[in-house]
Amino acid sequence: MSNTLALARETLLSPAGITDHHLQQVMDKLISSQVDAADLYFQYSRLESWVLDDGIIKEGNFNLEQGAGLRAISGEKTGFAYTEELNLENLLEAADSARAISRAGQSGSIAIAGCNDLQTLYPARNPLESLPDARKIELMKQLDAEARAADPRVKQVTISLVAAHDTILVMDNEGNLAADVRPLVRCGVNVIVEQNGRREQANAGGGSRTDLHYFVEEQRGLGYAREAVRQALVNLEAVDTPAGAMTVVLGPGWPGILLHEAVGHGLEGDFNRKGLSAFSNRIGEQVASPLCTIVDDGTLPERRGSLTVDDEGTPGRNTVLIEGGILKGYMQDKFNARLMGMQTTGNGRRESYAHLPLPRMTNTYMLPGEQDPGEILGSVKNGLYAVNFAGGQVDITSGKFVFSLSEAYLIEDGKITAPVKGATLIGNGPEALTRVSMVGNDLQLDPGVGTCGKDGQSVPVGVGQPTLKVDEITVGGTAL
Amino acid sequence: MSPSIEQLEQMVADLLAEARKLGASAADAAVSSSAGLSLTVRMGETETIEHTRDQGLGITVFFGQRKGAASTTDLSPAAIREAVGKACTIAKNTSEDDCAGLADATLMAKDYPDLGLHHPWPISPDEAMQTALQAEQAARDLDPRISNSEGATLSTQSGSFIYGNSHGFVGGYPSSHHTLSCVVLSEDGDGMQRDYWYDTRRDWRKLATPESIGRQAAQRALAKLHGRQLGTRQAPVIFRADIAPGLLRGLTGAIRGHAQYRQASFLLDSLGEQIFPDWVEIREDPLIPQGLSSAPFDNEGVVTRPKSLVENGRLETYILDSYSARKLNMQTTGNAGGVRNLSINNGSMGLDEMLQEMGSGLLVTELMGQGLNPVTGDYSRGAAGFWVENGKIQYPVEEITIASNMKEMFRQLLAVGNDNDIPGSIRTGSWWIENMTIAGS
Ligand SMILES: [Zn+2]
Repeated sequence: MSNTLALARETLLSPAGITDHHLQQVMDKLISSQVDAADLYFQYSRLESWVLDDGIIKEGNFNLEQGAGLRAISGEKTGFAYTEELNLENLLEAADSARAISRAGQSGSIAIAGCNDLQTLYPARNPLESLPDARKIELMKQLDAEARAADPRVKQVTISLVAAHDTILVMDNEGNLAADVRPLVRCGVNVIVEQNGRREQANAGGGSRTDLHYFVEEQRGLGYAREAVRQALVNLEAVDTPAGAMTVVLGPGWPGILLHEAVGHGLEGDFNRKGLSAFSNRIGEQVASPLCTIVDDGTLPERRGSLTVDDEGTPGRNTVLIEGGILKGYMQDKFNARLMGMQTTGNGRRESYAHLPLPRMTNTYMLPGEQDPGEILGSVKNGLYAVNFAGGQVDITSGKFVFSLSEAYLIEDGKITAPVKGATLIGNGPEALTRVSMVGNDLQLDPGVGTCGKDGQSVPVGVGQPTLKVDEITVGGTAL
Repeated sequence: MSPSIEQLEQMVADLLAEARKLGASAADAAVSSSAGLSLTVRMGETETIEHTRDQGLGITVFFGQRKGAASTTDLSPAAIREAVGKACTIAKNTSEDDCAGLADATLMAKDYPDLGLHHPWPISPDEAMQTALQAEQAARDLDPRISNSEGATLSTQSGSFIYGNSHGFVGGYPSSHHTLSCVVLSEDGDGMQRDYWYDTRRDWRKLATPESIGRQAAQRALAKLHGRQLGTRQAPVIFRADIAPGLLRGLTGAIRGHAQYRQASFLLDSLGEQIFPDWVEIREDPLIPQGLSSAPFDNEGVVTRPKSLVENGRLETYILDSYSARKLNMQTTGNAGGVRNLSINNGSMGLDEMLQEMGSGLLVTELMGQGLNPVTGDYSRGAAGFWVENGKIQYPVEEITIASNMKEMFRQLLAVGNDNDIPGSIRTGSWWIENMTIAGS
């Protein structure tokens, strides 16, 4: 951590000539007797993305983002300003704007404190430079060739490769400094297949907080190409989805998006402080079947949703949300935790310096149960086996959530039969998990492609779960 | 302070010169800068005041038929040099692409009209707070069942943008954007519901009154109380006007050149085909004064013009930028950056008359999830709304899905209402679709 802090100072402060004395000056200006909390957040990020389409490297993009966000909190009020130009004058001006939330007053001067040594959860290496450009191109061409060679019905292949490197430094009003250097890589494959005039598409991909070698190792990238083709070919055979309420078995891994939508968002601190969530004031109550234990874990090494420290400088944590079906706690940032008389859980996240921190998920998953997945499928007379999802949405107030299936099959007499297309699941968060009747022993985390949106801010997240049986959920389809 | 138009123009000129120096055979660049205020009140108190100041620059360079791009929010000379240098490095690694390049020089907008897009709002944080409070208070005063609030937000932005390219084209204009929104909760025993309303305008003087926005948010949240599931069935469906723009976006997504040349569209090769009933006319007008999506030239400097997308139910044109046009052996339609101000013709019926005509069926007022498959048109989404019988709303429904195929839905469009007074850049009334599958309990 002290090494990370040195790196962050060197990246963010030194080039702009910003010293510790300047940081103190800006913080002194930001706080007053009426300000309960304040922070300065510096960020420097570089992102590079490549697209292969039509068999050629069609696009390459480089994005540079840099700035500082200043926040002052007085009671339930927040003042916020940011600047893209890092110099003392601009920082002082932003501090002046942000503090306008409270009346001016006297305040003491703060001293800059040290920071704790923390084990980092991911390497500080710059993933943009982890492979030479020529090797990135070669990797994408290999994936394209793999997908096209996999089946003659493959008509279009699009490969995307993204590497991001984010350095942040945050200082609170007690002078505590924290820093993080966050790598993030992602690779995606989209294929379109055609057979007798029918076209279908599928996506596959993965990512982590490491570097681009991740896609070369264990042939992961080639695996995504093969997986996208497999799913697209399955979709070519898919029949209309039966509509109505039925038993649904959710596969392991990415279908954990169910937890993210059905309960995750509803357990974020801000919604609960304001009484907006279907889960408000329900700590200690039974909100899921006793088979369900769900955690939000920001401490998994190199996972897409993990954080060594969050965007308020709090170390990432593993928080139990639901244990044996009982609601145990919320995910908190400092602001909402303070107002609710609770502790922050290291879930304070922001898309960038230009956004305010909010309580957000990291990696949200259900712990494994005891059942063999084959047994679970075998127990279903008629139902749906949902293996892959395209995305979801929730209304945290009514608790209603939906998600779209990208790969699903009918279950008939305990056996997986025909693939179905265009299915949607819809349910009610506080009810859906009470209908979980079997939990598999096969916990899997998703491949590392999740992005969560809230209040217009996107952050990378992870999900996971073992195979689950939900006794009844409404399936949207066209067949009656 | 925000840079002036002249400073932004200079920045674009410098960028293009830097690209040329590094060996680029062609280049284009866009620079924007805006400042604003976003203020939220909740339960009668100020909650957040955000002073926003956004700037950014993007450059695309061509080395013959190879292309590279970069962007930065840091406009310091060092950052700009880094960005241009990176774009050039990238261009050395991308492939030769016959279709790559700027739009033809002859298509550049020579003289373009002032579309009246810039109306900065000289509003202080205190006045902004008062306005937002009026909206929230109107919502909370409407009915005692309005039990909670997520707040009312006023946001105002104003700024400038300049685009230039190595054909010698330089153009730009200032613009502004103001939004007032309100979100409240209703509750009465068996659960909570939430809904919102808003307005958004180029000219702040045209915004709906705070009271009307607050009241509408409250009415919408109240109407959702006591929702029930429907049994699974097939029925006619009316998409209320405020959610109908999503159906038009489904159309424009499918007729984009990019989706056509990649063969990733459910309306593949349908130019000239009958895709709607023959009374349907759909138009794009990028030149509407004060229009939310208005622009006198597109993101490649190409002059924009009003045009028909659908006439007599037939597809008249794809939506093309210069790249997708070359891929399809066509001419760009001035749509680099998207579609600007869509509208569909409406019939003579208001929503109540449409419900009357429908007799029994579903009025959908809310959609959830992203259930449109762009390649096949398969459509399946979470929905909420009202069940209609004898031409009258009977009760709210929720936790259902509606499904069909978008091609079918377009063909089965029975009427569009004249209730097209909705906020946003798309003008449409409610859509009545003959038949969809509803899944529920
Ligand atoms: Zn989310």
